[in-house]
Amino acid sequence: MSAAVLVAVLVAGGVYLLLQRGLVRAALGFVLLGHAANVIVLAAGGQQDREPAYVGNTLPETGLADPLVQAFALTAIVITFALTVYLFAMAGHGGDDDGESSDAEPSDEHEHHGTVVDGPPSGGHATSAEPIGTSSTGDVPTGRTTGREHA
Amino acid sequence: MNRDVLSTLLPAFVWLPILAAAITLLVRRFAGPQRFLALAVHALALAGALVSLSTVSDGTVIAEQVSGWAPGISIPFVLDTFAGLLLGVAALMVLVCTLFAVVTGDDADPYFHPLVLVLSAGVYGAFLTGDLFNLFVMIEVALIPSYVLLTRSGQAAAMTAGRIYFGVNLLVSAVLLAGVGLVYGSAGTVNLAELAGAATESPAVALAGGVVLLALGAKAALVPVHTWLPRSYPFASVAVTALLSGLLTKIGVYGVFRVYGLVYDGTGLETVWLVVLLATMMIGVLGALGESGMRSILSFHMTSQVGYIMLPLSFFGPLGIAAGIFYMVHHIIVKAALFLSCGAVEHHAGTGKLSQLGGYARREPWLGLVFILAALSLVGIPPLSGFVAKLSLIHASMDAGHYLAAAMAVVVSLFTLLSMLKIWNGAFWGADPDPITGPALTAAVATTPDATDPGAARLRHQTQDAPTALDRMPRRLILPGALLAACTVGIGLGADVLVDLATTAAEGLSDTTAYTEAVVPR
Repeated sequence: MSAAVLVAVLVAGGVYLLLQRGLVRAALGFVLLGHAANVIVLAAGGQQDREPAYVGNTLPETGLADPLVQAFALTAIVITFALTVYLFAMAGHGGDDDGESSDAEPSDEHEHHGTVVDGPPSGGHATSAEPIGTSSTGDVPTGRTTGREHA
Repeated sequence: MNRDVLSTLLPAFVWLPILAAAITLLVRRFAGPQRFLALAVHALALAGALVSLSTVSDGTVIAEQVSGWAPGISIPFVLDTFAGLLLGVAALMVLVCTLFAVVTGDDADPYFHPLVLVLSAGVYGAFLTGDLFNLFVMIEVALIPSYVLLTRSGQAAAMTAGRIYFGVNLLVSAVLLAGVGLVYGSAGTVNLAELAGAATESPAVALAGGVVLLALGAKAALVPVHTWLPRSYPFASVAVTALLSGLLTKIGVYGVFRVYGLVYDGTGLETVWLVVLLATMMIGVLGALGESGMRSILSFHMTSQVGYIMLPLSFFGPLGIAAGIFYMVHHIIVKAALFLSCGAVEHHAGTGKLSQLGGYARREPWLGLVFILAALSLVGIPPLSGFVAKLSLIHASMDAGHYLAAAMAVVVSLFTLLSMLKIWNGAFWGADPDPITGPALTAAVATTPDATDPGAARLRHQTQDAPTALDRMPRRLILPGALLAACTVGIGLGADVLVDLATTAAEGLSDTTAYTEAVVPR
């Protein structure tokens, strides 16, 4: 029962964070969801048996915890950890969410093919960016600067 | 080959590419040796896969209890005809796509070859594993390099696509992990052979397996969980798009076939499959018609084809499953041929937007031939492989009394023809595009999702130096696609071989006794 409640809380928090706009929040949401999945896996081995498995020379008579689910959870934790780090790295690279990236696109082009794009950046913005949501032209310069620093 | 020797060598499909990835990482400063080693390992994997396939082509199942653990305790590697067939196609895909990356210079990134090697190890492992949890691990092993391959260029469009791809797959992986946990909790094992038929006996296992199927279906990009695919695949480099389309979504398809066939005995979800798969076929092809870039059309269209491949799940039986497996092999080869021939155009022209292309069939008749062969094969024109695939699929659905499915398969084919003609008319037919000046090309490319890879950027710079964008295309760009187009003609003309293999594989999937006997001897 406690595991079920824990999973419910973790999934609720994870889904809430996933629905936020920022990538860092979404990443934290994925962390919570990963925890929820790990709790499910651990609970699948049975919760009443808690004796450590294969420690020392003698096996406990009763209540040996299922070592398989622990191995599962350990594997899954390693994978989730690696992916979370990569997700944070992506959050740190350029825009914070998908809405900003189309604004940042001209600056990326400018940076990668600096020799060919000439003319004012605002011109590039006008031709190539698809305005998303409420992003205004006034926000663009700051977005550009951060994008370039991170790249 | 001797079965004992082969079973000992089965794990090599996983550890050899990973070992080679480590070595290619060490020699990343030397492009030549790195290339040679990667290509050699891919060729070795292809040879190994063909030997494996010939050994199990009569329906035998070879199981390797890794590290010599007792059956039921070990994490087994299992090779049956289905796995062997897909192993062979996957190894061919990896080799051809790597060749394409080498000839186009997409592999200039020193991390390209190590990542592709790890990806291939994950794919081979996913096909060979006989354990549900290990399937999850192998899918992750295959996915993690794909995240990096997609976002390595660091450009804004690729990063946006990468976030969508990464986010969706991470969510789906969490669901898959939870599903595996639920299966273990309800059935007490994750060994696929021990799970055989478990879902027909216990509703709890059926529900837990349903979570696994949902996750695998999302990885295969079935409607309504398909939207991530057309938003992410076209933004990788051409070789990577072809690789991902041929391998990663197909792991999901393979997993669904395996889990549904083994755990459910292929019963219980017929109506669900029928609705989902017919919707997938229709929405995928309509979405493709609405796209304007070559690779966007092909990516969206993949969804529709996955619907075809999995359609036999709604009338599970040897005839239908054989058609599905045949379709899958045909589709992987033909789709890659399309991606590579369109990718050759894209590399040459610096853009994938149909509105800025034209005249390639006249200027590059061989490339036009490759594309039209692959496109007609996808539509299902005889004597190409697509004709046999569609004919057997429609025949199987008529046989099972699913006339609606058969009719839809024909109707969707017409839309497929329409979407292929859209590419043909835009890029290959007609006159040359208006004279392209450098800045205009670059400004246009900045908005084009299809030309975000570093290779295309470099090629654009070359067109800057020599503004004759209408130079002849190097023959080596056409070669990889031509190789695959030859495969589709070969499969179409000599369909008997593949039909026999697919039938044997389907018998192994419908009657799971041989599989369970080999893995867990009673």
